[in-house]
Amino acid sequence: MRARILIRPKAGILDPQGQAVERALPALGFEGVRNVHIGRLVELDVEDPAQLPAMCEQLLANPLIEDYEILGAAA
Amino acid sequence: MRFGVIQFPGSCDERDALAAASRVGDAVLLWHRDHDLQGVDAVIVPGGFSYGDYLRAGALARFSPIMVEVERFARHGGLVLGICNGFQVLCEAGLLSGALLPNTSLRFVCRQVLLDVVNPATSWTRACERGDRLSIPAKHQTGRYWAPEPVLDELEANGQVVLRYATGNGFNGSARDIAGVSNHAGNVVGLMPHPEHAVDPLTGSADGLALFESAALVAA
Amino acid sequence: MSRHAELGLTDSEYERIVALMGREPNGVELAMFSLMWSEHCGYKHSRKLLETLPTDGPRVVMGPGENAGAVDVGGGLACAFKVESHNHPSAVEPFQGAATGVGGILRDVFAVGARPIAVLDSLRFGEPGESARSRYLLDRAVAGIGHYGNSIGVATVGGEIYFESAYEQNCLVNAMCLGLIETEKLIRSAAAGVGNVVVLFGARTGRDGIGGASVLASAELGEEDSGKRPTVQIGDPFEEAKLLECSLELLDRELLVALQDLGAAGLTSSSAEMAAKGGVGLDVDVATVPLREAGMEPFEIMISESQERMLCVAEPERVQDVLDVCAKWEVNATPIGVVTGTGRLRVLAGGDVVGDLPVGALVDECPAYDLEPAPPTRALYPAPERALEDDADPDETLLALLGSANLASRRPVFEQYDCIVGSRTARRPEQADAAVLTLGSDGNGARRPALAVSIDGNGRRAAVDPYRGAVEAVLECSANLACVGAEPLGLTNCLNFGNPEKPHIAWQLSRAVAGLGDACRALGIPVVGGNVSLYNEGGGGPILPTPVVGIVGQLPDAARAGRIGFAHEGDAVGLIAASGWAPALAGSELAKLRGAAPAGELPAADLGELRALHAAVRQAVRSGALRSVHDVAEGGLAVALAECCVAGGLGAEVTVDTTEEALFGEGPGAFVVTGARDAFAAFGAAAAVIGIVGGDELRIAGALSLAVSRLADVHAGGLSALLDQA
Repeated sequence: MRARILIRPKAGILDPQGQAVERALPALGFEGVRNVHIGRLVELDVEDPAQLPAMCEQLLANPLIEDYEILGAAA
Repeated sequence: MRFGVIQFPGSCDERDALAAASRVGDAVLLWHRDHDLQGVDAVIVPGGFSYGDYLRAGALARFSPIMVEVERFARHGGLVLGICNGFQVLCEAGLLSGALLPNTSLRFVCRQVLLDVVNPATSWTRACERGDRLSIPAKHQTGRYWAPEPVLDELEANGQVVLRYATGNGFNGSARDIAGVSNHAGNVVGLMPHPEHAVDPLTGSADGLALFESAALVAA
Repeated sequence: MSRHAELGLTDSEYERIVALMGREPNGVELAMFSLMWSEHCGYKHSRKLLETLPTDGPRVVMGPGENAGAVDVGGGLACAFKVESHNHPSAVEPFQGAATGVGGILRDVFAVGARPIAVLDSLRFGEPGESARSRYLLDRAVAGIGHYGNSIGVATVGGEIYFESAYEQNCLVNAMCLGLIETEKLIRSAAAGVGNVVVLFGARTGRDGIGGASVLASAELGEEDSGKRPTVQIGDPFEEAKLLECSLELLDRELLVALQDLGAAGLTSSSAEMAAKGGVGLDVDVATVPLREAGMEPFEIMISESQERMLCVAEPERVQDVLDVCAKWEVNATPIGVVTGTGRLRVLAGGDVVGDLPVGALVDECPAYDLEPAPPTRALYPAPERALEDDADPDETLLALLGSANLASRRPVFEQYDCIVGSRTARRPEQADAAVLTLGSDGNGARRPALAVSIDGNGRRAAVDPYRGAVEAVLECSANLACVGAEPLGLTNCLNFGNPEKPHIAWQLSRAVAGLGDACRALGIPVVGGNVSLYNEGGGGPILPTPVVGIVGQLPDAARAGRIGFAHEGDAVGLIAASGWAPALAGSELAKLRGAAPAGELPAADLGELRALHAAVRQAVRSGALRSVHDVAEGGLAVALAECCVAGGLGAEVTVDTTEEALFGEGPGAFVVTGARDAFAAFGAAAAVIGIVGGDELRIAGALSLAVSRLADVHAGGLSALLDQA
């Protein structure tokens, strides 16, 4: 199964990358943009999707500073 | 006094750490794939970009075979110092609280900074006095120390904040200007600046020697 | 368009290929020729000129022609070093272009077996105040250099950056690297031993840079060139770190017959050059090359410029050991071919021969053209925007210069580089005029002499006079080394010019090489290697002629290396100047601020006198008699004095001629020094005591009076304000 995991910085932690992008967009003429956050996407083929949460907890995300979301995936 | 310096693929400052430690005792390199700490009295996890900083800085290095031994050594009271990337590895491994995040400026900065010694009682600051000011270079892009507020309060209360950037010297946005922390027992310390690059006035300052001398005092 | 024309080969070049092959070349063969005979790889328009440069010297252990040159630094050690350009890729994708430029020069140094210890970079961009694109290029190129150098753990210890509108379309990124090796272990790239095995190790081969450095560097960039973006190579410093350790261990264990890195033109140039140098042939089987992408054609595999790859030759009984060392460092390694006695480079795809060329044809038979130089008949470079009125008073003029993009502090840039890894750096950027690197002690515990290095070049002054401008580049670099007490050992150069097929560019190139050669001969500094980057021009015209030189020198005691900053209240300030020192405004930063195009006449330089002057400064520094030393360069004497005040945090009161030329004029042959008054006696008539260190202001009697804090603010803020906008 092809799984996709989104990893994003925990709310409340300063995200200067997100802020930098948020500042850059109006300069290009895009208005009305707020709350930009930059994270990571991990894609993998996995035989046992039940293992995904443990993979996230142990390696793919750092639970202290990141949240993760396992997206449903197509076979 | 025998120091062991871990070498991961992508470590940069391990030879510098080896040279610095050699001024105070014997020092050997410990290969990341080995399970043998070679009977050292203290372990140094050095700076660099272990495993290319892939995924997160230190995230992959913490799972190398040598780190299994380092964790066991630390839990039994062994002396462990994590410098820069080493600090990141120790946080990822859960041997130290908190995490290191990208500098607020998002830029890599290499600069000589002044550090205040907050706790001179840890295994790596025993040779210092409270309030000592150490001139030590820092060079990193991911050095903003962070932990949830209650954890920070606890670290302060327990004397686990070991080093702070002197006023005006912090550049990465670390919470409470924290430059280095220890575990509860004080045998494991992590810091972002590089004491191994401050052991010779010819190349800067010699204030970093105090950390290595502290370990030798403790191990003696 | 004929297929050879599409690949950048002229009709006569094609005819020559047919004659050498004895038949028409097939697609694979033609692709290989198109790269090997490109300007970037073949040096067609520069080879004859480069042969006029002096390359011999008592300290030279490896001259031009190998991956890097090397000089003897005593105690059984040699220093290998070289500079290379990565201009065209950086203009297209600045982060990766600059990063892979660093990666490439690092590989050239460890390909001769030397462990890299330092990197320097010489950069040129358009005006940051006027051009968002140039701010972007500066920001990304610096980030790319930092990313690569910092990650691989080699200190970036120096460099220079200049901004001129002529570089707007064609930025310059020249990267220099130096490394250390035991002299007897220097390895060459000549393949040898029929039956020996050719092993490719490092990263997998993909389509990056197909036709990249070679194609981009052999043609002018036009508007449609964002389509060339996919051909920029992507670098991975982590892979290179492993590759470096692996290569050095292979050499340490004496497992290799030859070693070569893969750069421009990839496998084609590496295998051809290894075979040519060794007078042998090579059979290469592309079916064995580990690939990153599926379905790559043989010609793609042969010309791919994927980064972080090396080629070595080993005896058959050592191959397993080679593979084992690579496995230890987690580096892919694959035998891909064999050395033959045929003198031919054969490309096999499994069982089929898909290319078969005489090795000499690719390398030695590449044509070398005579230039047809003629001086320009009109001004080539437009006048810059005026930034300062002619009647501005000296205070205002000094502040304008100090805060200008070309003279302001580079701290916002160099703080992005790790300058201390390796624990050798005794003088960091802005502490002294050259970087100083300690080499530890030898086997007997005796301290080894230290190394010093600087990289210098001024395109605007070379535009005024390419001959004198090139001479000045050598003099400036040598003067910087003298300031830290270092004697020059060898020089590497990167010649950055426009389209050499145009007579006025051919003229610039010829005159510059003549100046470079004359200066090196007069100063006794051999050229041990370098690089040429041509066709740096687009719709907006050519770049300024920019010869860049890097010199490595030696000093006995790093602790005595001079520092720029005034050190003690009460020290006497001395001006040490050649009798022929004749600072003038032509080609100066002040002239530029006043909106003058590069024109006029540069002062002549008495090379014999200057050689002696540099030696005298060097001796004085080594004796420990001087408290500070700084050479007078861009911006002239007033700027040099201001830089000394800012670096030391101390003011000074001096009395000098107050004409514009005396204060802000430029030309080689002057140094600002401080120390006890009798410290200047050794200079004889060359020394004049001009004042005293003290107070918190720089006062030049009858001209200006400025607080050091003000000078420092303006100096610190000039570039950072521009970078923050990026």
